[in-house]
Amino acid sequence: MTAPVATEPQAPGDAFVPRILVLSTNNISDPGIDLAGSSHMHYSPGVKVIGVPCTSGIRPSWILHALESGFDGVFVASDGDECAYLPDCAKRSSRIVGEAQARMRERGIDANRLRLAAICSVCAEPFTRHLGQFSTALAALGPAAAELTP
Amino acid sequence: MTAHEAANARRIGVYVCHCGGNISDYVDVDKVIADIEDAGDVVVAKTAMFACSDATQQDMVADITAQQLDGLVVASCSPKLHTYTFRGVAARAGLNPYEYTQVNIREQCSWVHTDDQQGATDKATALVRAGISRTRLTTPLEPMVVETLPRTLVIGGGIAGLRAAIGLADIGLGVTLVERELELGGWVRRFGPMYPHGKDGRALIETLVAEVRRRPAITVLTGAEVVGKAGSFGNYRVTVRVGGEGAGTIEVAAGSIVAATGFDAYQPETGEFGYGIEGVVTLPEFKALVDEATAPLTHRGRPVRSVAYVYCVGSRNTGGCANAYCSRFCCAATVQTAVQVSGLDPSIRQFHLYRDMRTYGKFEPLYTEARKAGSVFVKFDNDAPPAVARRDGGGLTVTVRDLLTHNEELALPADLVVLVTGMVPRDNEALVGVLKLPAGSDGFFNEIHPKLRPVETVVDGVLIAGACQGPKTSAESVASGLAAVTQSAAILKKGFTELDPLVATADQGACTACGDCLTACPYDAISMTETGDRHFAVISPTGCKGCGGCVPMCPENAIDLLGYTDAQVTAMIESLVEVPA
Repeated sequence: MTAPVATEPQAPGDAFVPRILVLSTNNISDPGIDLAGSSHMHYSPGVKVIGVPCTSGIRPSWILHALESGFDGVFVASDGDECAYLPDCAKRSSRIVGEAQARMRERGIDANRLRLAAICSVCAEPFTRHLGQFSTALAALGPAAAELTP
Repeated sequence: MTAHEAANARRIGVYVCHCGGNISDYVDVDKVIADIEDAGDVVVAKTAMFACSDATQQDMVADITAQQLDGLVVASCSPKLHTYTFRGVAARAGLNPYEYTQVNIREQCSWVHTDDQQGATDKATALVRAGISRTRLTTPLEPMVVETLPRTLVIGGGIAGLRAAIGLADIGLGVTLVERELELGGWVRRFGPMYPHGKDGRALIETLVAEVRRRPAITVLTGAEVVGKAGSFGNYRVTVRVGGEGAGTIEVAAGSIVAATGFDAYQPETGEFGYGIEGVVTLPEFKALVDEATAPLTHRGRPVRSVAYVYCVGSRNTGGCANAYCSRFCCAATVQTAVQVSGLDPSIRQFHLYRDMRTYGKFEPLYTEARKAGSVFVKFDNDAPPAVARRDGGGLTVTVRDLLTHNEELALPADLVVLVTGMVPRDNEALVGVLKLPAGSDGFFNEIHPKLRPVETVVDGVLIAGACQGPKTSAESVASGLAAVTQSAAILKKGFTELDPLVATADQGACTACGDCLTACPYDAISMTETGDRHFAVISPTGCKGCGGCVPMCPENAIDLLGYTDAQVTAMIESLVEVPA
């Protein structure tokens, strides 16, 4: 007999629903995500959004903290070239994501648990598609908690 | 709760909205309340049929006052809709508006999880908990009150800038109008008869310039360029160089700035549709020729008996580097020019090679008029563009496949080929650097919102108007110039302004004066200062735009964006992963 593996908090039979933190922008990507709601599109209730003014202001430590606290993936919905604050926003956001991924690897977390995409103010359909694909990919990876090196 | 926690505990009121069923049909709002009301610092927890209704707002005010609440959480719709409503509720109850947090459980919860009531309810609980966590860490913030100067600097003396200057003076604001050229009037000064009244562009400009001269509130600086800007919204100090390179500068004080710097005409590459061959001209070149012409029409001494127009040159391109946008004025300008040509000499043959005709709105009659006057329109496929070549024995031949006659190949003889070129952004790199104007991927300046805030930029008090925003007709340019007048008046006539206090702050104690943040801010809001022998960064609250771009650049984590502090975001993340009981 092998010892039971106790990493799965959910009831047996329940499919694993990945928890995804979305970091979106107040002026552009958040309205796009709102539009998915107004258009009655669907995505997983495991998806939860925190809005910030600009994704160039995200600390990589927030992403790490989310993955260490129980989120299975983080999706950064950025303004891309549309950012009204910073002309080099896309570059800055990529740098932040790159730094977070490097730190994720150090912690044993799969770098694919972090995604970045430009989501515009009418990008409801691309957003739900991105999140659908991300949920599927994260479901295949399993819970992030299992990857964390102690 | 420990005694220490109890002593420091906040007194938070939480309101969860039914939205008349929009939320409560999918989210069990009573369960959400049951899941959060035990938190020691949640003093009031209620549902409301419509949180935004007057009755509920009055309830909130009464609760805040009676229960001495110091934090407010409203879980209802998107913050885009009612943030100012509930900030107002807080203010009316004597609670600092920045102690309130909006939680979106409609657009980002009930409406996207209509198929999963349990999932939607658990998520709503987590979102409300995150809102409470954020509110625990709010501090009262005061909008910054800044006195403003009743004066506007207008950059660009084209039709938009001229009309804006007149409007500003009439509304009681002082105006400094800066024009780079020696003469006012921009593009329109060069135009002949304009649709629909047939009045000359130069006559329109003369009228506007006379109006400008009649107003002592307007100071005009020609041959002048803006080379520096200091200060912030309400109190800009703008350095203007008058008289060209190396000349002296003057300083102009202004509360707001309107950039109406216009456009350039697209300049085709040599060889693009035959450009460079004798007889191949651009639309502005041809318009100038026709405006000056008397019958018979000639070009460089040779009679013009036939004209072929190739539309969309430099516009509506797919694939990477080229201009993707439609310049919108050029179809109308071209058919208007063709009508003018027919008026000069009805026997001149005119062929219009187009991709799609866009004589929208009130320009449609022009298109009909051109066809009635004999212009022939040939539609080509963008994948099979017309070819322009020299014809043996003089003149040009344009070869094109006509989509409307089964791709029949036509070889059209033409004395002149007119490349219908659109508008491109003016090369204004220096000015963009000075004003920090945000440009889009197409190079035109970006407004905050094309519909709701169409002339404001992210730089407070710096407005944009006219074709520097994107291709516009002269009428549309004037309309946006007047919008900039209204907006300038809206922000300057009170005499003071309040700036949103959600800005970045640097912790002096933690700052090591490494300087990494200085280059992080394109708005120059961060500077180094010193007290005694200690150097540290300070962030100007009026210069900061609140983007937070400097936050992750600080190796010491010494910068926080108010409203989105490290502690708040971290606490929200932790609340969002909690699973409701």
